[in-house]
Amino acid sequence: MDLAFSEEQEMLKTMSRDFLTDKFPKTAVKEIEESDSGYSPEIWKEMAGLGWVGLVFPEKYGGAEMTFLDLAILLEEMGRACLPGPYFSTVVLGGLPILDAGSDEQKQEYLPKIAGGEAIFTLALTESSAWYDGNAIEMKAAADNDAYILNGTKLFVPDANVADYMLVVARTDEKSSGEGGITIFVVDAKSPGISYTVLKTIASDKLCEVVFDQVRVPKENILGELDKGWDEVRKIVQRAAVGKCCEMVGCIQQALDITVDYAKERKQFDRPIGSFQVIQHYCADMITDVEGVRLSAYQAAWLMSESLPCTQEVAIAKAWAGQACQRVMALAHQIHGAIGVTIDHDLQYYTRRAKAAEVTFGDASFYQEVVAREMGL
Amino acid sequence: MDFGLSEEQRKLRQEVSDFLEEELRQGLWQPSCDAWIMAYDPEFTKRVAQTGWIGLTWPKEYGGQGRSFIDRLILTEEMLRYGAPAACHWFADRQIGGAIVRYGTEEQRGELLPIILKGEAYVGLGMSEPEAGSDLASLKTRAIEDGDDYIIDGQKVWTSGGSRMNWIYLVARTDPDAPKHRGISEFFFQTGLPGVDVRPIVDITGGVHFNEVFFDSVRVPKKYLIGEKNRGFYQILHQLDYERSGMERLMANYPLFEALIQYAKETKRNGKPLAEEPVIRSKLAQLKIELEIGRLHMYRVAVVMDEGRAPNWESSMSKVYGTAFEQRLASMAMEIAGLHGQLSPESKWAPMSGMAYHSYLSSKGYSLQAGTSEVLKNILALRKLGLPTG
Repeated sequence: MDLAFSEEQEMLKTMSRDFLTDKFPKTAVKEIEESDSGYSPEIWKEMAGLGWVGLVFPEKYGGAEMTFLDLAILLEEMGRACLPGPYFSTVVLGGLPILDAGSDEQKQEYLPKIAGGEAIFTLALTESSAWYDGNAIEMKAAADNDAYILNGTKLFVPDANVADYMLVVARTDEKSSGEGGITIFVVDAKSPGISYTVLKTIASDKLCEVVFDQVRVPKENILGELDKGWDEVRKIVQRAAVGKCCEMVGCIQQALDITVDYAKERKQFDRPIGSFQVIQHYCADMITDVEGVRLSAYQAAWLMSESLPCTQEVAIAKAWAGQACQRVMALAHQIHGAIGVTIDHDLQYYTRRAKAAEVTFGDASFYQEVVAREMGL
Repeated sequence: MDFGLSEEQRKLRQEVSDFLEEELRQGLWQPSCDAWIMAYDPEFTKRVAQTGWIGLTWPKEYGGQGRSFIDRLILTEEMLRYGAPAACHWFADRQIGGAIVRYGTEEQRGELLPIILKGEAYVGLGMSEPEAGSDLASLKTRAIEDGDDYIIDGQKVWTSGGSRMNWIYLVARTDPDAPKHRGISEFFFQTGLPGVDVRPIVDITGGVHFNEVFFDSVRVPKKYLIGEKNRGFYQILHQLDYERSGMERLMANYPLFEALIQYAKETKRNGKPLAEEPVIRSKLAQLKIELEIGRLHMYRVAVVMDEGRAPNWESSMSKVYGTAFEQRLASMAMEIAGLHGQLSPESKWAPMSGMAYHSYLSSKGYSLQAGTSEVLKNILALRKLGLPTG
């Protein structure tokens, strides 16, 4: 057992922290949140130039061929910086599923575009039921000669407003229910019949409603196997859950850091509030949660990186991260007092993102059931 | 980064598990909660000693196996998983042997370590006093030099293992004029000496685990002072890091966890097993989640020790977390047991072999032993986060 990063990983961490701190002061985050696109195309190009977008993809597709664990480190730093934009959508929700399930032709076509920062991807999975199981997929894809015709509405699709491609999960077997009869399609986001509406969300993160009206998708755009897409969807959700956990580590670590700094500086009754035992114990509770989330998130990321079985570990990590984030943010606010609930304070960025991350790709009750099954209950 | 265990470590886990399974098969003991601190079984300890599982981490030159703290964690995790009666050797193995290796003279190592290795040192921990609990440095028990001896006078309380001990690890004041942290020394000696009087204290469960120990002009040979005279407080801080670090701070009542799952599978309400009720499922899963988070904290502490660092804030964190979990487990088991939960273990109607009842009561002490959760949170706030003192 060894819980330390390698020298290379430490470098990645330092480099990414420096870059993101420099590029994303909260004024920039605010500006991007308020923009229509929700990201900065200039910085996106720079990130591609640094090799971040292609980080985990093989060299032959223009990537840096690093591991999922390396990506975890980057995601933690992105969580710390409140990075706005389609990095997660493109790499975790788009690129990695293609690498995992795509044909050689599909990999050849899409991965270099992703690694080069030329194409933004996303995943259109959830619908109005907003749940991550097979029954939630009602969207229909009907065969029509050499194509499928997609009809239906997807909800909570991140970055659909700027996406070039979407992985769309739809029901290809009309008579099926649950996890059977589901297929994943790579869809050109500019196809006729696709329209989107950006939803106003707690994290201002460009989640969209996407309507598919008679959208024609060529058969060769099926990702993986016809009617057997759910196995891949399960992997996508699992991978995304781990990715979110890593972002959450960065999010609550930063919330803790700014809270401890504040407790050291802020004086009441002629002494720093951090010298009061109540505040000290709040901070102790916070760091215990931060460390628990960190350990479980990196355990899950390591297992995934090593391609080891990790159903239970991922479920535990995401369930715990969701619960712990709420506790950490509540205490961060309590210690900050009134200044922390103002819109101009940095803390609110973390509060809003922690909540969004908690409910995305499975919350505690979703994963409690996974754990219950793993326990044989 | 590597969260996995080595082949050798997996083998060790299997060996310990096989050993304990065989013991159970032979009906040599029954699994129980708090067995590491309550279940004294000299024969079991002898058998453990014969396998070489006492002193696992000590250097080979002192009779240990020179193995890692992760290895020892695996060993103790299995002992706790099975609720094995390991109380005779637990303290000596966990912290006393290590302290003698670290602070003792060659002569002390030569005399004392073999006794521990053979599983013959049932150690009591003589730290707290009536006026010195969390503020240990204010202890008053005196040790005064007299020729080749120290003469010890005073009183200890909450002395874990006191009623079964044949050796005691004692902290006493050797310089009353020095600042309070700088006049304390550590001793390790046999308790059969004249003037030692042990009075058991019955705890909330009705059991006896801690004691009052009175010292009336007890003559202890000087050779039993461990480490540097008057530096005992600093030695004990180091030792406490180890005392707090173990898996017993998470899995002291682990047999209850398994019994609870079994209970939920077997007990029917409205014709359906409790384990199929969504509310119960989610509560049990939550316990499992919390247990596994705790295990990660514990393994991290062992990793720190294997790096050669004292696990100071890490063990404070893991103990605060782990003991709170143990208390939640006991509370949850009682909640799920409902009316039946209030039945004492002797009742034929008591569910889960009475473990929920016992653990609900006994776990109240977990967050007090070896540093209260409040003291440990102070350590996290001051030493890890650098918050200012008041």
